[in-house]
Amino acid sequence: MADKVNNKSVFFNPFSKNNPVIVQILGICSVLAVTAKLEPAIVMGLSVIAVLAFSNVIISLLRNTIPNSIRIIVQLVVVAGLVIIVSELLKAYAYAVSVQLSVFIGLIITNCILMGRLEAFAMANKPWPSFLDGIGNGIGYAIILVIVGFFRELLGSGTLFGFQIVPQAAYEAGYVNNGLMILPPMALIVVACIIWIHRSINKDLQED
Amino acid sequence: MENINIFIRSIFIDNMIFAYFLGMCSFLAVSKNVKTAFGLGVAVTFMLVITLPINYLLNTYVLQPGALSWLGTEYADVDLSFLSLILFIAVIASMTQLVEMAVEKFSPSLYASLGIFLPLIAVNCAILGGSLFMQQRDFTSVTTAICAGGGWGLGWLLAITAVAAIRERVAAYSKVPKPLRGVGITFIITALMGIAFMSFLGIKL
Repeated sequence: MADKVNNKSVFFNPFSKNNPVIVQILGICSVLAVTAKLEPAIVMGLSVIAVLAFSNVIISLLRNTIPNSIRIIVQLVVVAGLVIIVSELLKAYAYAVSVQLSVFIGLIITNCILMGRLEAFAMANKPWPSFLDGIGNGIGYAIILVIVGFFRELLGSGTLFGFQIVPQAAYEAGYVNNGLMILPPMALIVVACIIWIHRSINKDLQED
Repeated sequence: MENINIFIRSIFIDNMIFAYFLGMCSFLAVSKNVKTAFGLGVAVTFMLVITLPINYLLNTYVLQPGALSWLGTEYADVDLSFLSLILFIAVIASMTQLVEMAVEKFSPSLYASLGIFLPLIAVNCAILGGSLFMQQRDFTSVTTAICAGGGWGLGWLLAITAVAAIRERVAAYSKVPKPLRGVGITFIITALMGIAFMSFLGIKL
């Protein structure tokens, strides 16, 4: 029974209390770079969930055989292999999105969330909890990606998934898209606002 | 002339932090005081200058479509570019190990202050990102690759040192709202500096 509760918290903690992006501050680069539109943000989120879950399982299976001194290289090779598979799949089935994401699919390899979870969790736990941990953290990451992408696309282009949301009448009445939202620095400010709200609610996370 | 142009562009216009937001994890974690930040910046610059030319040579003579034609005509249409991620990261990881050993030997004080962040350079997105941009932009020579690497590294160094200096002052003198303290305010500082750096857009030598 205790084991079950443990698995549950492993899976749900990363959603909010221990969110990889806004609490552990990992994997910020891609959050900022791919969120100008909602669609690449979701594709990126799914890719990270897949890579994170499977690399966690593989490393967890190998954890007793990896020599400690070369573990980083082993982890990187496992992750790189998985990322290559994801990137080839995207090129084959979603070429337009993979062009938009450009180098950032490759940069999943160096996404700190992966190394962080592999080092902190998969190296010390069994495959099944590691799988849950990977999915949980991946979803936690994807949630932030989607929130940031939602606000940036809605306020910056007036669209969601490329469909017009802000009615034409609003533009005729003088509404103007906020061009600043498309620029990368605004992603930082949106994330800062999320952190602000999140930490106002969870007071124990505030720094001194 | 073209190389100088690329060097300057890489520092200011294509700045790794303010234009692409690469290497943010270590950037946010280490920018609490200027000295450590500067040390990490130097390490990153060094790594970029070393790994970019190596990866450029790998890309030109091994990975590109037709790159293996120097082995003989039957290899002329081999395309290994799908292997580039794994080879680039292998080069970066092994070079990081070397740099770590060198720093430990020659500058124990720097080693002590950088602590666990040295191995993290291997997973610093700025370094792999540099190699991937190099591949995407079809650089023409090794010199160009070195110049771009140096420029990106210096740009990163500049960014982390500047933000660390601001964070020191903010921590000492400002009344930041509680939930924003630490990470939150750093995000906003970085965003504002990113907007400032946009004024460099369009500069051409």
